[in-house]
Amino acid sequence: MNVIVNGQPHELPDSATVAELLRQLELPQRGMAVEVNQAIVPRARHAEHMLADGDKLEVVSLVGGG
Amino acid sequence: MSQALTEIALSSEQTLRVGSHLLKSRLIVGTGKYDTYATMRDSLALSGADCITVAVRRERLYDGQGQNILDFLDLQRYTLLPNTAGCYSAADAVRVARMGREILLSLENSGADWVKLECLGDAKTLLPDPLETLRATEQLVADGFQVLVYASDDPVMARRLKQAGAAAVMPAGSPIGSGQGVLNPNNIRIILEFLKDGDPDYPVIVDAGVGTASDVTIAMELGADGVLLNTGIAHARDPLGMARAMHAACEAGRLAYLAGRIPKRLYATASSPAEGVISMRPYG
Repeated sequence: MNVIVNGQPHELPDSATVAELLRQLELPQRGMAVEVNQAIVPRARHAEHMLADGDKLEVVSLVGGG
Repeated sequence: MSQALTEIALSSEQTLRVGSHLLKSRLIVGTGKYDTYATMRDSLALSGADCITVAVRRERLYDGQGQNILDFLDLQRYTLLPNTAGCYSAADAVRVARMGREILLSLENSGADWVKLECLGDAKTLLPDPLETLRATEQLVADGFQVLVYASDDPVMARRLKQAGAAAVMPAGSPIGSGQGVLNPNNIRIILEFLKDGDPDYPVIVDAGVGTASDVTIAMELGADGVLLNTGIAHARDPLGMARAMHAACEAGRLAYLAGRIPKRLYATASSPAEGVISMRPYG
């Protein structure tokens, strides 16, 4: 299936979870926030939240700012 | 030390309360625009701040992992204040605030329950959009956030934001990153009068526009509870030196505010006694 991650198309196995996506992207769960279709998926639910074809994700972290 | 001296020392150290947060320093500093993370880390330490702002951005997925800002921030020492910088609508600001909360929860940092709301209306001036800012404040308050609101120096808008439940109103001294200091001290004074009427501890923090140490002192002398700045340190020729200066300036301004300035007068008043002068006055 195909999802959109931070505005870019991304291919995933069917019924992959948020946790699996983060693993594939080699990203830690700590210090990240994941939004699926404009709703936050809390870290505790990353392993159980299954993604669907066409989902739009934002994966964000902290940067310097004022 | 005499009792009086002890009291002065203590009064300058009184904490700043914003919502449920107690800050030892009245200076809040940003983490953006530094040449290196090492300079940022050392500047933060020298500024004396215990609250620092951070921004939320898309993780760069494919171009390799560079240095991570978190490796240079002591999360035990600093309360992070996530911002919604770059948002131009209430809807986006609320989303980014929730992202910031999620990130800080994962870091177990005490700043997870608050946000610096920045909802812009114009890219060139970076002035806030008042209507979207008010909408976002209402939504974030309803969602349980303690909201510190970046605003213009309009006293009526500041009152609206307080009424909407803002934990602190943060009027800009001048445009973000402009270094123009406090352009309209009269408006800041009116905001302080409006928001502290019957509520003297309500926090008003001057946010943005600081160019050098005296700008911080002026804001604090007006009676602001704190100052939030970033570029003034990060883009100084010597950020570490300026961080020290800002630290001292904030304390100086607070102490001067508490001590009470003398009124401005048109004419001089001699500091040395008139009596016993050996010289004759040529005029009157």
